[in-house]
Amino acid sequence: MNRTLLNFIATILLALILSQFFPWWSVMIAAFVTSLFLNLDRMAVFFVPFVAIFLFWAVYAFWLGNSNDFVLSKKIAVLLPLGGNVLLLILVTGLIGGFAAGVAAIFGKQCSLLVKRS
Amino acid sequence: MKYLKLVSTFLLTIVVFFVLDTKLGSIPPIGKFLSPNQGVWQNEQDETISGTIQIDGLKNEVTIHYDEHLIPHIFAQNDEDLYRAQGYITAKHRLWQLEFQTFAAAGRLSEIVGEKALEYDREARRRGMGFGADNAIEKMKEDPKTLAYLEAYKEGINSYINQLTVANYPVEYKLLDYKPEPWTVKKTALLLMYMTKMLAGRDHDLEYTNTLRKFGKDRFDLLFPDFFDVNDPIIPKDTDWGFIDSEITETPQSEIPLDSIAATIEKPNPHNGSNNWAVSGDKSYSGHPILANDPHLGLNLPSIWFVMQLSTPQHNSFGATLPGALGIISGFNTHIAWGETNATRDVVDWYKIEFKDTSKKQYKYDGTWKNTSVRVEEIKIRNQKPYIDSVYYTHHGPVTYDETFKGNGQKEGYAMRWVGHIGGNNQRTFLELNEGKNYHDYLNAIKHYTAPAQNFVFASTDGDIALWIQGQFPNKWKGQGKFLMDGSNPDNDWQSFIPQEFNAHIKNPERGFVSSANQHPVDASYPFYVFNDGYETYRNRIINDFFRSKEKITIQDFKDLQNNNFNLKASELLPTIFENMDTSSLNSDEQEVYQQIKSWNFYSDINQLAPSIWETWWNKLFDITWDEFDVENVALDKPFTYQTIFMLKNHPNDAFMDIQSTPDKETANDLFLITFKETAKELKQWESEHGDYKWSDYKATFVGHILQALPAFSRFDIPIGGDYNTVNAAAKNHGPSWRMIVEMTSPPTALGIYPGGQSGNPGSKYYDNMIDQWAAGEYINLLFIQDQNNTEGIMATQTLTPKQ
Repeated sequence: MNRTLLNFIATILLALILSQFFPWWSVMIAAFVTSLFLNLDRMAVFFVPFVAIFLFWAVYAFWLGNSNDFVLSKKIAVLLPLGGNVLLLILVTGLIGGFAAGVAAIFGKQCSLLVKRS
Repeated sequence: MKYLKLVSTFLLTIVVFFVLDTKLGSIPPIGKFLSPNQGVWQNEQDETISGTIQIDGLKNEVTIHYDEHLIPHIFAQNDEDLYRAQGYITAKHRLWQLEFQTFAAAGRLSEIVGEKALEYDREARRRGMGFGADNAIEKMKEDPKTLAYLEAYKEGINSYINQLTVANYPVEYKLLDYKPEPWTVKKTALLLMYMTKMLAGRDHDLEYTNTLRKFGKDRFDLLFPDFFDVNDPIIPKDTDWGFIDSEITETPQSEIPLDSIAATIEKPNPHNGSNNWAVSGDKSYSGHPILANDPHLGLNLPSIWFVMQLSTPQHNSFGATLPGALGIISGFNTHIAWGETNATRDVVDWYKIEFKDTSKKQYKYDGTWKNTSVRVEEIKIRNQKPYIDSVYYTHHGPVTYDETFKGNGQKEGYAMRWVGHIGGNNQRTFLELNEGKNYHDYLNAIKHYTAPAQNFVFASTDGDIALWIQGQFPNKWKGQGKFLMDGSNPDNDWQSFIPQEFNAHIKNPERGFVSSANQHPVDASYPFYVFNDGYETYRNRIINDFFRSKEKITIQDFKDLQNNNFNLKASELLPTIFENMDTSSLNSDEQEVYQQIKSWNFYSDINQLAPSIWETWWNKLFDITWDEFDVENVALDKPFTYQTIFMLKNHPNDAFMDIQSTPDKETANDLFLITFKETAKELKQWESEHGDYKWSDYKATFVGHILQALPAFSRFDIPIGGDYNTVNAAAKNHGPSWRMIVEMTSPPTALGIYPGGQSGNPGSKYYDNMIDQWAAGEYINLLFIQDQNNTEGIMATQTLTPKQ
């Protein structure tokens, strides 16, 4: 299995586990830790955990909303304001989770470099 | 270089974390808020209403059946378990509202929303909300039973709060980024103070003082009479008051301090009011008394009411509860039914205080200096240092106004005397009503009740109907408390209270019905002084005329009456206008609008155009009539609607009719025409933008979320007729907040509806599911379960068991 795929799966799995015990920023920890041990290069450092957590949050959000006919999501999409568009709300949810994870992963990569080169 | 990268990516991570984890202005902490495992996505569900839950402190198992409307039917084996379960279940469905209302009552909103609530909080503190709640707790402690139930209720709420995780906090906590705190007995006392403020916190003393100074006594008496020229009081005019043998307080010699007051504290919505009535068995189609109640309050989500059945082997009751208070407030049990309307009595008076010096340690009273006490109010503000407000107390009450708060000078202030401060065990009344079996029990239950004074309607399966105007009322001298009083003169103090048994009441009258709609409680023959502090003048006459006109009354009559849109107000003024207004100068648009209102049948129904014309016209006419009252830096209240119409009809050439900003001398007829032309123009403009000005579209009734009607959590453009002076008192954001009809069969048969839903969660389909039926004038059958093993009509059952 290549390292990209491995990082992708590890980020999701770790995020899933950590989110049972920690608040929302467990996705940042998951991406940080994964990035420490499963180094990626260049753009992939950010984008692999980004996509992983984007999917995790978006799919999970969709699943929760779908089980209740998106009654609340429609209202939150008015509140934020996203014109009442639930898909947009799911997209924003995924983007925010993904972005936070990606940033944490970049930091993780920098930390791992520090360990390796010294 | 690599350290620079390390540090910069570290900082970037911290910044991203911080931004997504922090509430920025009104934007919630967006990472926390949108996270599917912790944020709002977790609220995307109905509450769990099945299974078994272990609760600390329960003695026996408690069964909770839910019917199709999500109404919980609680079956407990003893009273403590019952009220513990009531607390738990209320928190489960209404936690955020439950807590938020007590924050509002206590003047603690700044803790949640920051500095913008500081003025509101200061006002709540300076009004003595906490002081009154403390006094109420002292009274409640005198009764060990009440206290035990309050404790059980408290622990029930806390059992719910303690098992919550961040993920299942109600959505408003996530939006505002804070968390629930433990419930206390004081919070129940604060909630009751909140209701007292809402319903008995109104007065016009300072505005009237300004009016008296500006216009003189004759003009004041003309505009604000003690009785209007029509009066169909709650207690009928022919009542014999011969049984009253206590002395009426004598009027002392005293001067009114004619101060100029620039601004006053906020008043409750003037339309807070209600209807209730009951017909006797003789007048009822079935031979059983029938009772109805509909309290008119702000239309909010989550709803102010939460409907429940509360049952033990000893008693079984059903009806509307107030989240935060125990028992049923408006409802019925196996034997009796009860409901309230606001008594609207003047129980707030103001005293001018002269301090010895700026330290405010002493104030003048009876020729000497008397000590004040001080209550230091620490108002916590989100993300800021707390604000310390020192409120000085005299024997009258808190000095609400001083130079730090809307007052005039460093050595003077205005102190508030309010029945709400005295303290009373008002909770006990509702606990006892729940258990009541007959008129005698009802009477004993309401005896404890002090504030907010209510008209308690009653009916029993025994066939009795009754209505008591119950509250603690000062025995005032004639004219006392109309205006600001000199606080140093002991004669101005409240001398005594009206003995409870002399409160106005009526039982089984010959006319076969009792009713109240916030009108004058009595006529002038009642020995005690009752000042007209804004009594309602329209709904009550429609209600009483209806019952007088009909021999037998059916349930359909009750429904029709609660939903009656007849606009008596309009019908009393418009014919005069049509007769006197010169229409020769109207253009074609104006003629069209004029014909529309001229052909009106005076029903404010949703599809009519005329009610929109009337509403617009009336508001303009009212404002222009009282333009003399628009004075900068002087707090004035305009005369009441009834007296305004009285003036327009009977004194059309009075100096008040003149528009001050024009050189001409206007009369009422001029005002009619001027305001009509403006109305026609405004409506034609509206029509070009929105289409037909049908009443429902034009009025656009809405039920707003408690947080300043957050559009996302509110419901708009609800098609309902009526206005604030029709029996169906549905105004734009105010109206019948609970409609109930109970027929006193054994057991009672009841209907109910309210503009909201049982769930406080905007993500639940039970959040606002009753609004459409409410607007259409429909009701739901209230499922009064007699045997907890009968599961007919039950959607799910949850069991609470003692924690092992």
